[in-house]
Amino acid sequence: MSSAVEAIDLGRRYRRTWALRGCSLALPKGRVIALVGPNGAGKSTLLNLTAGLLRPSEGGLRLFGEPLSARPDTLAQVAYMAQDTALYPTFTVTDLLTFGRRLNPGWDDPWARDRLARLRLPTDVPAGRLSGGQRAQVALVLALAKRPRLLLLDEPLASLDPVARHDVMALLMETVAQSGMTVLLSSHIISDLAETCDWLVAINQGRVQVSGDIDELLETHKLIVGPREALDTLPERLPVVAQTVNGRQASVLARVSGHTVGPAWTVRDASLDELVLNYLRRPESSALPGPTRQRERSAS
Amino acid sequence: MIDFHLDRRSGVSTYVQLVQQVKHALRLGLLKPGDRLPTATEVVAALAINPNTVLKAYRELEREGLVSARPGLGTFVERTLGQASPVDRARLRRQLTGWVRSAYAAGMVREDVEALFTAAIRDAAQEGVA
Repeated sequence: MSSAVEAIDLGRRYRRTWALRGCSLALPKGRVIALVGPNGAGKSTLLNLTAGLLRPSEGGLRLFGEPLSARPDTLAQVAYMAQDTALYPTFTVTDLLTFGRRLNPGWDDPWARDRLARLRLPTDVPAGRLSGGQRAQVALVLALAKRPRLLLLDEPLASLDPVARHDVMALLMETVAQSGMTVLLSSHIISDLAETCDWLVAINQGRVQVSGDIDELLETHKLIVGPREALDTLPERLPVVAQTVNGRQASVLARVSGHTVGPAWTVRDASLDELVLNYLRRPESSALPGPTRQRERSAS
Repeated sequence: MIDFHLDRRSGVSTYVQLVQQVKHALRLGLLKPGDRLPTATEVVAALAINPNTVLKAYRELEREGLVSARPGLGTFVERTLGQASPVDRARLRRQLTGWVRSAYAAGMVREDVEALFTAAIRDAAQEGVA
């Protein structure tokens, strides 16, 4: 079984600056994938490359096993909702539906109309007069009406209030449950991702730092807390992701597999927020599946 | 039918919360054998959570023999939890509610009542009743 997205040594340069470099990833099908990283880390560049809106400066991309460069029609399977959802402000929602139907062969108009009605979204109003939450919902319905196998979302929740965030995510999750599509979404709000995403990709300074199943990552990473004097009693081979010292207390995030730590230490589970923050603070740490494991995974 | 809810600050993982809520409903008789659990799509549309989380919770319940999935039909309750008969359960609940009321009347607050209840369970365990 091939991956939904496979990047091999992917890089993109703007003049002399690399926005993304040496990016190798295999993202499994049917997952809801969280793309996290600080501003300027390369998240939008990766999404734009995957959507075919940018050409790679080096390396390549495969979508569902097909090289993106060789088969432009592969892009018919991809929908992209960019940041600050660009809906033509003078178009009514009905106009936008007509537009989508004419441009996309697989367009599901009855589904889109049914959704808009269930979400109580007005169809006769220019998009510019809708609220931010309504615009996001319309944009998501339009993206989904294309019936994509892969949906890319760049910061879909950034400008939304909590109710609109819930409604947008509920619509997204319901469609995932029904269609089994793959979703790749970037966000800063990690607590929202914990409920909705099952795969984590963290990129930092243009490089991939973490890529893995969220449950697996949370099972293998532990927070170890104890007195700072005891730091040198920790096993030498413990794979430490990051450590912080605060007064007399030291906290260490480590990948634990059968390691035992001394009685001075308390071991507890890490939350997704803690895991992500600890990695992003230490750009030199990484958690990536080795090439062998990746092959096993894609074979299963 | 059961309506799931989420406590996002509890620190308990979402799938465990779903499992606990089904078990709780079984113990209280709110879910009975033959009842259908909501589909993954229904749960996901209400709670905005990943569909795999719901499937994981249902697999766990199935593994414990509490529910079974019938392809194309849904997931159904197989057996109930709690050994007491419905009549006994209703009587005990009535007695306990009466007891809680008299505890409040004696000036106790909720935390006092909970502490006393936990202590009584421990006492009974030490006597070898449970």
